[in-house]
Amino acid sequence: MSAGTYAPRPGAAPLGRMIAAQTALETRMLLRNGEQLLLTVIIPTLLLVLFSAVDIVDTGSGESVDFLTPGILALAVMSTAFTGQAIATGFERRYGVLKRLAASPLPRWGLMTAKTLAVLVTEVLQVVLLTVIAFALGWSPHGNPFAVLLLLVLGTAAFSGLGLLMAGTLKAEATLAAANLVFLLLLVGGGVIVPLEKFPDAVQSVLGLLPIAALSDGLRDVLQNGAAMPWGDLGILAVWTVLGLGAAARFFRWE
Amino acid sequence: MKSEPAPPPTGPVVQVRGLVKRYGSRAAVDGLDLDVRAGAVTAVLGPNGAGKTTTIETCEGYRRPDDGTVRVLGLDPVADAARLRPRIGVMLQSGGVYSGARADEMLRHMAKLHAHPLDVDALIERLGLGGCGRTTYRRLSGGQQQRLALAMAVVGRPELVFLDEPTAGLDPQARRSTWELVRELRTDGVSVVLTTHFMDEAEELADDVAIIDAGRLLTQGSPEALCRGGAENTLRFTGRPGLDLGSLLKALPDGTEAAELTTGAYRITGDVDPQLLATVTSWCAQHGVMPSGISVERHTLEDVFLELTGKELRA
Repeated sequence: MSAGTYAPRPGAAPLGRMIAAQTALETRMLLRNGEQLLLTVIIPTLLLVLFSAVDIVDTGSGESVDFLTPGILALAVMSTAFTGQAIATGFERRYGVLKRLAASPLPRWGLMTAKTLAVLVTEVLQVVLLTVIAFALGWSPHGNPFAVLLLLVLGTAAFSGLGLLMAGTLKAEATLAAANLVFLLLLVGGGVIVPLEKFPDAVQSVLGLLPIAALSDGLRDVLQNGAAMPWGDLGILAVWTVLGLGAAARFFRWE
Repeated sequence: MKSEPAPPPTGPVVQVRGLVKRYGSRAAVDGLDLDVRAGAVTAVLGPNGAGKTTTIETCEGYRRPDDGTVRVLGLDPVADAARLRPRIGVMLQSGGVYSGARADEMLRHMAKLHAHPLDVDALIERLGLGGCGRTTYRRLSGGQQQRLALAMAVVGRPELVFLDEPTAGLDPQARRSTWELVRELRTDGVSVVLTTHFMDEAEELADDVAIIDAGRLLTQGSPEALCRGGAENTLRFTGRPGLDLGSLLKALPDGTEAAELTTGAYRITGDVDPQLLATVTSWCAQHGVMPSGISVERHTLEDVFLELTGKELRA
């Protein structure tokens, strides 16, 4: 490189370009990671195919795919917005990625915006894939697409807040373990593949307040039963969103 | 966001006054002053735990001072962070890269965050990162990770770069290549602040050396000035045994000492400068002495450093 190569010419790129670049990078990192793909793509797909084809769990009357698909969509949202984001962000924090980016021209809110967009891009890919598979399995959805969209977005916000709270306060290894454990527990106890009606009444009313239960129940109300707007479930998700994002904003540690 | 106008070239690019930073009850930095000249390479030296990284990271806006003031390019690193960040380059002591990212991918990304970045391909070649290929960060060698971090610090064409131990863990070739890059940065008008454990690195690179210990500045100056000042130097020669050293000392400045160590082997300690050397040789000429094996041992930066910070090992 010749003389004058490094002559200072500082300046931040336009904000939109920075966020677009950050979103593209975050999305690539998510899709390149094998463990993340297992969580976000392979497990939901396998569960959908397996439980639709084999009647292991009693999913009530009607086609099992009509019961399962809304739950699997909820699981997909949780796997990306909560589990995947918590683990990835936890290790980025541990390895100084968040710290290094904090010294770059990209503002912190720009980084968080990019992370959210990367989660949304991944979810779009998941929803397309799972929807195609569900249709192939004979899925016949009902209801208001706008209500579905609202549920997915609010569910994403609620899970993102909880995932970032975990990633920003615990050690990376603790986040890895806890996020996977929570994923597993909520998969079983959140109405994803096992109807909540299978649990005792007292337990059921508590489980019903979980974000995963609200999301899968709301999606099922709309997509399976053709309900208009599941306000109760939306309300539960809204409360989780406020609590999760509020606590994350308050307690998140960048280093 | 438009690029900020370049700062006035006068005055220090970093000005630290009475900086105090505590972690719990322990003060990592305890009343530190530091000036960094524009366009110069400034090396911050100090034993482990001296407060080097805390000081640098306060300048980078990562830490809020408990007391004192810090100005970088005339700005407050915390309050004016948004204006300052595009103008500085930062190399952390370790990490800073997505474990699944490739070297060129991360560097191209950092370039995209700036308005007028360097040519990424040329920079990759310059720092010998071309061989990293599709290897992701976690599988790069320590040296490759270091060079990538350095590239990330300069790719945005900053006015001022902070390099925290830029050559730790590098092999001699990579170390020299890093030194060469630092010199090129200075030639092109970039101000550089680096921390290091290597005395030769500071002697080789720095226009200015700041030695800090226990969170305070002990001394600051050019390597030459630091080696000249204070510490005593030594002149040795051999000649006829039993010279009249009392007569020699009369010709030399006060405070100089002379001794015959073994038969005919002489040592003179004091402020050994060209004048003293001339005085000794002319005294020998007057007394018909042929001095042989004349050697002058000047103090190195390491001597100065150990004298100031003590020789005992730190925790």
